[in-house]
Amino acid sequence: MGTTYYHALTFRDDICIGCSHCMMVCPTEAIRVKDGKAQMMDDHCIDCGACYKVCPVGAIVVEQDDFSCIEKFEHKVALVPALFTGQFPNNITRDEILQSIYDIGFDDVYEIEYSVDFLSEQYLEYFKDEDHEKPFISTFCPAVIRLIQVKFPTLIHNLMRIKAPLDFTAMYAKKSLIDKGLDADSIGVFYISPCAAKFVAIKSPIGEEKSVIDGVLNMNFVFNKSFKAIKSGVSKDRDDFHKALSKNAINWSLTGGETNNFPNVRSLAIDGINNVVEFLELLEDDEIEGVEFLEMRACDEGCAGGILCPGNRFLTVEKLKNRADFCQKKIENTGKTPAKKLRSYDDYLIQNAGVGKINARSIVKLADEVAEAMSKMKRMFEINGALPQVDCGICGAPSCQSFAEDIVRNKADIVQCIFVQKILEQNEKIDSKKSVEVMKSIWGDKKLDKNSLREELKDII
Amino acid sequence: MMEFNFKIESGDFTNAGSISSSVKRALKQLNVDGSVIKRTVVALYESEVNVVAHSHGGEVVVNIFDDCIKINITDSGPGIPDIEKAMTQGFSTASPEVREMGFGAGMGLPNIKNNTDDFDLKSEMGVGTVLKFVNYFKA
Repeated sequence: MGTTYYHALTFRDDICIGCSHCMMVCPTEAIRVKDGKAQMMDDHCIDCGACYKVCPVGAIVVEQDDFSCIEKFEHKVALVPALFTGQFPNNITRDEILQSIYDIGFDDVYEIEYSVDFLSEQYLEYFKDEDHEKPFISTFCPAVIRLIQVKFPTLIHNLMRIKAPLDFTAMYAKKSLIDKGLDADSIGVFYISPCAAKFVAIKSPIGEEKSVIDGVLNMNFVFNKSFKAIKSGVSKDRDDFHKALSKNAINWSLTGGETNNFPNVRSLAIDGINNVVEFLELLEDDEIEGVEFLEMRACDEGCAGGILCPGNRFLTVEKLKNRADFCQKKIENTGKTPAKKLRSYDDYLIQNAGVGKINARSIVKLADEVAEAMSKMKRMFEINGALPQVDCGICGAPSCQSFAEDIVRNKADIVQCIFVQKILEQNEKIDSKKSVEVMKSIWGDKKLDKNSLREELKDII
Repeated sequence: MMEFNFKIESGDFTNAGSISSSVKRALKQLNVDGSVIKRTVVALYESEVNVVAHSHGGEVVVNIFDDCIKINITDSGPGIPDIEKAMTQGFSTASPEVREMGFGAGMGLPNIKNNTDDFDLKSEMGVGTVLKFVNYFKA
């Protein structure tokens, strides 16, 4: 109680039509409908973006920093995920795309996966440590971390306490500029994000005091700016080959991108939030034996399926795989080591690689004390047993089960169930006026206005 | 106190684990300590597999109190001929078919004992086996 949780996803009441699509797809049942609008339960939301994908009217927005905030810094560094290059048509080259980022106002551009070759070595070191609990669950996807915090508290110790490529590349970018003589305060590092979850991870980091990232820009927003710059002709021609990425680095954010680095470790790559939930249940049930490493991502096709990616995820994957193979050949032909400059900062990065304690914050528990939770549970079973199990959502909750839970948590009233209303009406316990009132409290006045049906329906009803 | 009852069908490996999963869900809602949940799930899952693999079928009675969970697993035979042997790590009477499915490594009963606070196993040939165990929520 009292704790507030930061979210990148917000619902705009002025646009929301109260259709409940978002409520029905939320993997943590974080959404209810009240007064005709979707409402988020702050402690339940993991910022996975499932709701954003299904909203038919665009009422869910992803927060980002104002673009002008880059002007606060003298030296502006952009960190772009490699999959950004997969968003554009085939005839636009990677060099043009990255050049366009300079053109829109940045002084330095790094692809985030620049630190992947370093990081995959750190993973192997982490795997070797006997103190770490198996299977190791990757902490690359922030939505997965939060899913485990709220719904799978028993698996919290399986989360790998190591930072993500974004953090390492940002630390390197900043430190290398400081070493060149720049003032730390004059350097602004900005992340161009494919999803909402990363935004929250930066603004409200888990297991860290403050993120090294100074601002976040949404990928679809930057895509528009970049595309425009490319269309009007990119300027300078840079030799950025020292920033070229290895095959594994380019593929990192895609499904299998982490596991591919560890052919000798028994690993599984799982994408899609519902697939992740299903697998975590099995893991918690102790039905999974011998798996050492789990790559888990909330989005289908990994980050290529991020909600802020303008391109189709399957085409993005195709483009990145092609680029990865091409780069690999180029690296083999030239004999150059990718990301060589970063590797001279290994010691510095290793010192700052760890993540603090990740705490469980169960949304599943009915009460802190077993006795109290048990009396609530008994009542919940009783109520749920009486409910129709249609999971229609008319009560304003996503399922009969969650509605029963809401009732015992004093967040809902049994009379919100449309079936209960009909029964009470038949038994003359409530009148139709009361039942309309209840429905209005869930779905708003407009949907239940008695004059709202159009003229043409008059003859039918 | 709350009581849950479940049935286990012989040979139904597909559903082995469904009882421990339901009990896990309840214990999570009751805010029981994660390590106790883990131990209980392991013990119950192993017990389920034992009944599925070795018996003619059975039932599970779960009682949850404010301070502990008591689980009784009863099967309708054939019974364990030598309990001491069955409790030995690595000893197994599982058929090749069962082993093929990844079960029957002879870890079951010792593993259950390791993951429970009180453990009681009784068996009578031709009648059946009764396994009772208790896990306390606070040490």
